Amino acid sequence: MLKLDCCVIENGNFTLSADIQIKVGTRVAIIGPSGAGKSTLLETIAGFRDLKQGQIFWNGRQISNLHPGKRPMAMLFQDGNLFPHLTADENVALGLRPNGRLTKEEQTQVRSALDRVALHGMGERKPSELSGGQQSRVALARVLVQRRELLILDEPFAALGPALKAEMLDLVADLVAETKTTLLMVSHDPQDARRIANQTVLVADETVFAPTQTEELLENPPPSLRAYLG
Amino acid sequence: MAERAQPVSQWPGIGAAALVAALILGTLAAVAARAETSGGFTSADWAALRFTLTQATMSAFFSVALAIPVARALARRRFRGRRALIALLGAPFILPVIVAILGLLQVFGRSGWISDIMGVFGLPPIRIYGLHGVVLAHVFFNLPLATRLVLQAWQEIPAERFRLAAQLGCNGMAMFRLIEMPMLKRTLPGVLAVIFAICLTSFAVALTLGGGPRATTIELAIYQAFTYDFDLGRAALLSALQLALTAATALVALKFSRGDGFGTGLDRALRRWDGGLPAIDTFWILAAAVFLMLPLASVVISGIAGFFDMPAIVFRAALISVLVAAASTAVLLLLALPMATAAASGRYGFVELSGILGLAASPLVIGTGLFILIRPIANPTTLALPVTALVNAAMALPFALRILVPAAQDITARHGRLALSLDMGKWTFFTRVLLPRMRPQIGFAAGLGAALSMGDLGVIALFADPQIATLPLQIYRLMGAYQMQAAAGGALLLLLLSMGAFWLLDRGGRWHAEA
Repeated sequence: MLKLDCCVIENGNFTLSADIQIKVGTRVAIIGPSGAGKSTLLETIAGFRDLKQGQIFWNGRQISNLHPGKRPMAMLFQDGNLFPHLTADENVALGLRPNGRLTKEEQTQVRSALDRVALHGMGERKPSELSGGQQSRVALARVLVQRRELLILDEPFAALGPALKAEMLDLVADLVAETKTTLLMVSHDPQDARRIANQTVLVADETVFAPTQTEELLENPPPSLRAYLG
Repeated sequence: MAERAQPVSQWPGIGAAALVAALILGTLAAVAARAETSGGFTSADWAALRFTLTQATMSAFFSVALAIPVARALARRRFRGRRALIALLGAPFILPVIVAILGLLQVFGRSGWISDIMGVFGLPPIRIYGLHGVVLAHVFFNLPLATRLVLQAWQEIPAERFRLAAQLGCNGMAMFRLIEMPMLKRTLPGVLAVIFAICLTSFAVALTLGGGPRATTIELAIYQAFTYDFDLGRAALLSALQLALTAATALVALKFSRGDGFGTGLDRALRRWDGGLPAIDTFWILAAAVFLMLPLASVVISGIAGFFDMPAIVFRAALISVLVAAASTAVLLLLALPMATAAASGRYGFVELSGILGLAASPLVIGTGLFILIRPIANPTTLALPVTALVNAAMALPFALRILVPAAQDITARHGRLALSLDMGKWTFFTRVLLPRMRPQIGFAAGLGAALSMGDLGVIALFADPQIATLPLQIYRLMGAYQMQAAAGGALLLLLLSMGAFWLLDRGGRWHAEA
């Protein structure tokens, strides 16, 4: 269980308070007006931002003092998820060993992760030789070998077209189901939330609201969400 | 977390910055401690101060005055070879001073091309030695820099403003008053200050074209106090004077300058509607191109003749220069890369300060200080080459940092979070991400450092004994011995080595570099 215990996050002149729990294995969409603090929330959970107050727990263990790389989570950002000068293989390999050479067995793991995201035989290519969708797949292959318990997506597919984005979300849904990973994803599009998230967290009015069933929330939106959805 | 996690370590860079600060401040302290104020300033010292200020003022004024029409012409005309010409404007920065001086002598000197032509009409030859020779050489070096800086300001004027002015029916003069005059008012003080500061520390130009009681800069006076009188106290006193002058000017120049002398994107010509006579712009562009290219062409032509009967000593000097430049470039990168890395992770203040120190001290002042420090321990002349390499590196450091720091900041900002979330180690980030991503900038900085060191005629003149010389010093000695043929061959060799080193390293950095 991911628990944000009486958390207060400060970002410039706005604060965000969060006191929520998310069960292991759920897929949670984070939705809300732009500027409400969705990315800020994810950055704080991932450790790129300090908490003003409160603590974050993962399965009972306090993680809010851990270095970002030591937290039990993998994160995909809006952009810059691959190192452009490294091949797909090398980028995926960083998920297994960020600081060293791979063993034979680990190399096999990298290959099979690329196979899993339908990039068989493309390991030697650099990001510039791959399409936008293929680049996203490489990043997902890396997430796969990282074997973290929590996956955080800060709109990594925003630059893709609608069909490709849907395809990526379906792939994400499959991958997290196979690996029993908990998913947290920011979304601008209620359709995305419907597509893969069984629960949705609303961020609005400087507050992170407790997760509710996605369908329910979207059918009967509270006023702040209604204003956003239009 | 008490402090934001950083993907790179700051400590090596802070250490490097401290080392540089220690080197520069240490030598300055040595100079200050040794300066003999008892004698006070002699009339010769005052003359040197006056000449230094006069020539720097005149050089800055003429460079900028001539740069304005050239930059204006380049800003509003499109023609074939425009890019090449703008690239050529960057060349004097890495052109060895001695090469340019040889070329200027061959064109403007007593028995140069111009004097020959004037002789046909029965006019007396030009006398290049003295104030006007020094100013001429400084304009040769700084007109291109001034042009680039002014051109950059010109091109930063939004195109919409010209469109609006054209819409309002402004003609040439009105447009100048409305748009260009305010831009020049903002830009020119900084450009003047930068060139004034550069000319203050002029040594090689004054050494070759100046001299005598009426054309001696302070830097040259330091050298003379060393070599003619071996009066360390006086050299130190003059160094202190030079230091006060440079530091004050550097502060003023930094205040004005916006730190973008290497700006790219100068290849865009603005669309304008105020016409203006193309002939005038053509004149300025041609005049500037001829002024810059004639001396270089002259060195190449005369150098080819002398190239094949150069004494062996020239080749030995060339080998020494290559080794010194290689060592200097290595030291430069060893200092600049960690410093840029530290600057990228938020330690900009201290690192920047230490980088600026190099601008405040001149090579001869640091050389004097090192001489004073080394002499009790060892014979300074035996350390001439290592000291030259070290001082060259320290002098190139501010430029290298200007190239490397923005790239390091950009890469750390772009990839730092990903590296942190992957739990990548700091050393791994440095070697696997930062260095490969910065390769083009590293190549550029290394190329500049190598070319600057290769062409440097400064500290080496203080330390060298007659047995040892770098190529620029050897050329200077050949000129002094009136072996002009051999000097011209050596100058061509030096030109090829400097430009070649720059080209090789800069290209090497960009070779197969991904966007």
